[in-house]
Amino acid sequence: MGCFVVVIVFREVHKAFGENKVLQGFSLDVNDGETIAIIGYSGSGKSVALKHIVGLLEPDSGEVEVDGELVHALDAAGLRALRSKIGYVFQFAALFDSMSVADNIALGLRRQGLSEREIGHRIEESLALVDLAGSEEKFPIELSGGMRKRVGIARAIALRPQYILYDEPTTGLDPVTRAMMDELMIRVREKLGVTGIAVTHDMKSAYAIADRIAMLYHGRVRQVGTVDEIQRSHDSVVRQFIEGRPEAAADAGATQASL
Amino acid sequence: MQKVITDQVAELLAGFGRLGNFVGDMARSLRDFKVWLGLTAVQMRRIGVDSLPISLLVAAFTGVVLALLSRYIFTGAVPMYFVGTLVGKAIMMELGPVLVCLALAGRVGASIAAELGTMRVTEQVDALETLAYDIQSFLVVPRVIAATLMFPVIVAFAVTAGLLTGWLTSVTLIDLSTVDFLKGLRLFYQFKDIWFGLLKSMSFGFTIALIGCMKGLNTRGGAEGVGRATTQAVVVSAGMILVLDALWAVLLL
Repeated sequence: MGCFVVVIVFREVHKAFGENKVLQGFSLDVNDGETIAIIGYSGSGKSVALKHIVGLLEPDSGEVEVDGELVHALDAAGLRALRSKIGYVFQFAALFDSMSVADNIALGLRRQGLSEREIGHRIEESLALVDLAGSEEKFPIELSGGMRKRVGIARAIALRPQYILYDEPTTGLDPVTRAMMDELMIRVREKLGVTGIAVTHDMKSAYAIADRIAMLYHGRVRQVGTVDEIQRSHDSVVRQFIEGRPEAAADAGATQASL
Repeated sequence: MQKVITDQVAELLAGFGRLGNFVGDMARSLRDFKVWLGLTAVQMRRIGVDSLPISLLVAAFTGVVLALLSRYIFTGAVPMYFVGTLVGKAIMMELGPVLVCLALAGRVGASIAAELGTMRVTEQVDALETLAYDIQSFLVVPRVIAATLMFPVIVAFAVTAGLLTGWLTSVTLIDLSTVDFLKGLRLFYQFKDIWFGLLKSMSFGFTIALIGCMKGLNTRGGAEGVGRATTQAVVVSAGMILVLDALWAVLLL
């Protein structure tokens, strides 16, 4: 076994919204430099897990640790320092619609106190990396869904983060744009060497971008392993999900509804 | 029945608790002035300058009605120069601030709640947080400070418009001379007539922006949630304006 440095840890995390118990003892280690895909049915709590890493949600019980620090125990300054190390790509990009593409990217950089010259350089560089050079003055309303997601990635990588979190990066995209997004995420990892977590239910994407895959089921990790291990899994739930067999989806839907 | 009342009182107290926490968070964010200072100027233009037309309209027509109403009340009983007194006192101390701010609860309060509510449901608020911004200093403080500072300015312009239309109505429709109108206006004038109205406007501005921000940021769900938050912001703000109006009257009159 190689020696891995664990940088993000979920330890027995429980999270409920009213009666709906979303995470029920979710535990997962993320190693430095790897990209891990968290897969699972819609509504299974994948995005909820992701939001715990940046302190957008607090666990009801359990712990989330990033770089050895408990996220929910951080004060405002600590949380700000943690967030400046993490790039977060939202499911629908969450671009600020009253701002141009350049201002969307510049916002986080201004918070880091960079000079306007350096900010301009970073904007240019990150837009070039996502193949959107020259789009600085456009507004989100003028962009397609795929372009918005790429601007979302540019906004995240402009911060030069240590970690990058993707929330459903390929959802709602056509097959060609989806393949481009996969290629882009691989490129980001290769060029910047960041540790990544991608939440997805798109198996093609998960196989393409991830070193390891963890399946979230009933609020817990059902199985975690390399892409190869997941593809050869004998676990019936994992097999049904990765093969996209509808009877499993019906079962999972019934289970989610009963939660 | 008793349980329903108890629940409603508990919910009301919880609401005040949430409001108190929100104000506390906002006060703590004042230290982050590098973020909110520049944004406040933008909000002052949006909340202040852009609200002038509706405010002037409300006050102008109030001035007309007040002058005609005074004539109706005073004819045959009170000297007509008291029209100036009634128009002046009512516009400066009560109708100017209250009617204008009720209109602004619709314009400013609804706009803040809808804007922040949309940002909340489209995850733009979460995105701001992940970019290491404090949403209080980025979104709340600029709006609350801008409204608190700009509402008295808007009301001052509106009061002036109301006085002007009251005077114009008096000289054109009531046959009252300008000298008599001004005589009535000055008759019981005190400096308090002005600062009382402006102080109230300041408190109304603070409350409207605060409630708009709170309702907007607590929006849940999609478009329906935004609609609900916007409606609640207007209704609660309007109610709070009337409560505060009475409170200021009890304390200062």
